[in-house]
Amino acid sequence: MKPIRSMVLVSNDPVSIEHGAGDVFQALQAEIRRLGLDEEVRVSTIADVGDWEETPLVIIYPEAVVYSPVTAEDVPVLVEEHLLQGHIVKSLLGKMHEPVGEIAWLRARLGALPVQQRVVLSRAGIIDPESLDDYLLHDGYNALGKALTRMTPAQVIAEVEKSDLQGRGGAGFPTGRKWAFVRSAQGQPKYVICNADESEPGTFKDRLILEGDPFSVIEAMTIAGYAVGAQEGYIYIRGEYRLAYDRLENAIQQATQRGLLGEHIFGTDFNFHIHLHAGAGAYICGEETALIESIEGKRGQPRPRPPYPPTYGLWGKPTLVNNVETLANIPPILRNGAEWFHQFGTERSRGTKVYTILGNVNFTGVIEVPLGITLREVIEIYGKGMKRGAQLKLVQTGGSSGSIVPASLQDTPMDFESWRKAGVSLGSGALLICDEHTCVVDLAKVILQFFRFESCAKCAPCRVGTQRLYELMSEISQGRGAPEHLDEILILGRDMELLSNCGLGQTASVAVRDILKYFRDEVEEHIYQRHCRAGVCQIPGLPPAEFSAIQQPAAQAD
Amino acid sequence: MSLEVTENQLDAIIRAAIEKHGDQRDAVIPILGEINRALGYIPGEALGKIRRCINTPEKGLFLADSHLYSIASFYHMYSLKPVGRHIVRYCESAPCHVVGGRQVIQRLHDFLGLEPGETSADGRWTLFQTSCLGICSVGPVLLVDDDIYGHVTPQRVSFILAKYR
Repeated sequence: MKPIRSMVLVSNDPVSIEHGAGDVFQALQAEIRRLGLDEEVRVSTIADVGDWEETPLVIIYPEAVVYSPVTAEDVPVLVEEHLLQGHIVKSLLGKMHEPVGEIAWLRARLGALPVQQRVVLSRAGIIDPESLDDYLLHDGYNALGKALTRMTPAQVIAEVEKSDLQGRGGAGFPTGRKWAFVRSAQGQPKYVICNADESEPGTFKDRLILEGDPFSVIEAMTIAGYAVGAQEGYIYIRGEYRLAYDRLENAIQQATQRGLLGEHIFGTDFNFHIHLHAGAGAYICGEETALIESIEGKRGQPRPRPPYPPTYGLWGKPTLVNNVETLANIPPILRNGAEWFHQFGTERSRGTKVYTILGNVNFTGVIEVPLGITLREVIEIYGKGMKRGAQLKLVQTGGSSGSIVPASLQDTPMDFESWRKAGVSLGSGALLICDEHTCVVDLAKVILQFFRFESCAKCAPCRVGTQRLYELMSEISQGRGAPEHLDEILILGRDMELLSNCGLGQTASVAVRDILKYFRDEVEEHIYQRHCRAGVCQIPGLPPAEFSAIQQPAAQAD
Repeated sequence: MSLEVTENQLDAIIRAAIEKHGDQRDAVIPILGEINRALGYIPGEALGKIRRCINTPEKGLFLADSHLYSIASFYHMYSLKPVGRHIVRYCESAPCHVVGGRQVIQRLHDFLGLEPGETSADGRWTLFQTSCLGICSVGPVLLVDDDIYGHVTPQRVSFILAKYR
């Protein structure tokens, strides 16, 4: 058998598939076979590589050339020119391929581009997510092997604690401490749950990890099981993520066949099984107690807390619930040590963070950067500036339950500590970047519509509050708002924050509150002058003349 | 997708689902999911059938039809009404909204003449609102049956839907 001289990767994310990645893949295989190259060229699929401008992508190594978009008709030329004759086909080169992963690394060596530092996404887009062999070749299962054969559970927990890893699901709770709680909790058996119910609008970091590197999550869960003393693990994945579900199913099966999951892992006495559980469409199931209820086969409604899952979780037993991104950090930490992890991020917030960049910027997609970079850097370096040169108006961070950050705060470093001080939640890592054509009233209405739809209706403050807030915002957006509405919104929002049973109701009013804090004048314009400066809200008729003359706020100012 | 379901078909689906997912309480959601995937919706009589199969009070598993109904009605991916041949889902979350989703939804409503949850009279379309599909970087997003469409514009709506008979 000849050594493989070229590796051809075809992007295989949902968008690429819609654009015909499957045909491209088949055409490549057929063409390579036809030219007798199939022994020296390997064709493989990869998950998303971060660049979604024009898909499908075809990446050819070792040159790391990116072709995009490629159609099945382009394939004969591509194979003939590049693989047979060794020329790069200039006409098919990707126009704007924002290099990430291995490509970024190669480019950065040439000094062309700011590098992302990838820890959890280091393999996504580089390995074949459906091949355990590929994962093993890229440091896979080194960490589990090290943990099982050379470390005690207490040492594993100590290492995680030393790394200062904080939960990446939104709350930022120290992971090591959570593990220690579960380990010391009374009761058997114990469970490990991976929270992959990523429903926060605008967040898809977990999907990329699961689709691009499913084995890392499985390895991490096994390590967590060893550390806390659990033999059963559950992955709760949202029902909408079919591709990620299939990849995980395949990964669990392959790992089990190789003895990396199941009984006597690595020949030790440690047993661990993972069950895959798909959700059925409920935002609330991302809340850990609702998620547990859902696994138990009930309505996904949160339990009163305390008791917290580390003492009273699945089937009433001690349960560790970790986010996908948090877990994906575990194998690199164990492999390289906590000290190594400290080189990323800031003093108080260690490590990297996966952000999704969305909205009115030139490049939307996913990046992984150290904690502590600023919004301005994200927009200018990774987002490639605002679309059509528009002005930045606001950024919504962390999805619907996250905060609204006005343009004036864009130089605050993004880490758990600084943002907490500024009253902003880092949340799930979604960064929705909005320009001046976005109307804050309209945005608030959309966010509240979401919460009204997703409230689980268990407790009244949330069930009634989300509905009422939506009604008030709708009135304002239609020019029927009254000044006292704003007070009602603030009082209701505060009540919901204090009285709701879970995070959904407690955070549903955050965006509206922030909007009234930073953009009150614009909301008042809707009420007093019945005018929407962004031109989004359809306010029928002209403002009544006498009303606007009396209420003109600018006249009394100064 | 929607079809006349015979008693036997439904029994077969439920039997296969229980075979695959077990007859414990935690199998309820996967079983409902299998039925919904096979038929596009969960017929009312399915709830009684599931209950008869897995309700075992003597083993401490007590399930009434109302428990099953409360679960089936809770999760958004389940429909309790028959659906059209094609299901159109749109995302109305903020990320899609600020990049032009509002206009797309308007166009979709006008084109189909449906409100979310409704099925067209000819049984061709059902329109649903969906939660975020996690592909926001190519928003606005539309999902027709299992096909995802990104960067949808109001103009593209009729072209996309024309592919489905």
